[in-house]
Amino acid sequence: MANLIFFYFAGIIVLTATLVVALRNPVYSALSLLVMFFHVAGLYVTLHAEFLAAIQIIIYAGAILVLYLFVVMLLNLKREERFHQQTLTAALLGLVLFGEAVLLLASRPLRLSSMSASSEPNVASAVGNTESIGELLYSTYLFPFEVASLILLVAMIGAVILSKKGLLESKSS
Amino acid sequence: MTVPLWYYLVLSGLIFLIGLVGVLVRRNIIIILLSIELMLNATNINFVAFSSYLGNLAGQVFVFFALTVAAAEVAVGLAIIIALYRHRSSINVDEFRLLKW
Repeated sequence: MANLIFFYFAGIIVLTATLVVALRNPVYSALSLLVMFFHVAGLYVTLHAEFLAAIQIIIYAGAILVLYLFVVMLLNLKREERFHQQTLTAALLGLVLFGEAVLLLASRPLRLSSMSASSEPNVASAVGNTESIGELLYSTYLFPFEVASLILLVAMIGAVILSKKGLLESKSS
Repeated sequence: MTVPLWYYLVLSGLIFLIGLVGVLVRRNIIIILLSIELMLNATNINFVAFSSYLGNLAGQVFVFFALTVAAAEVAVGLAIIIALYRHRSSINVDEFRLLKW
């Protein structure tokens, strides 16, 4: 049963990820990425990461993807010819990386197959996923948390300055 | 019957590959940014799978930070795209070769 659920989510995720790259119209690509985000959130729920599933839907689907769609529609793109001429290089590189991954997985099982979700010592389920993440975030990872807020501030200032009309032109002239 | 961990690793490897091919192959800058989102999601799946299977919540905290960085990247990237479009009225990466020699 757990396998069946995993294969459903994994199949949809791989299919929509391929569609993101393969579709011609950017709006359709963004929409299939939306479907993929929802299924990744479902995968997180099966992995007992409910907080991250909610965050995934709220931030990725609600904020980031809306921003993408906004820009796509703002720029009003026509359909363009889609692929680079370096398709051969890309295919070769992808093949090499895939072969490397297969080799790694085949040669060193790494005790991974012996691990199972049932051996989880129930850190999360004892007090609830969100609460334990919050506790960890505000104690052990307090400094990275502050750095993350600084990153967001820098990104905000950068975005405002970059997209402000006339600021760059008036400086250069 | 639980799902073995390497299923998740193969899945995230596949998504990362798809994103990488998208970055290398497509010409539209917006699709390239979407492919970068795909790669970030692949790493996030990896983090969450390991965090769940090892019973350590640190992986989920790192996914949280990766999400923050992704949001910042999208904001700055889309601002750059808009500035580029204003300059050249195109977002085809083949036309931006000013820094290429």
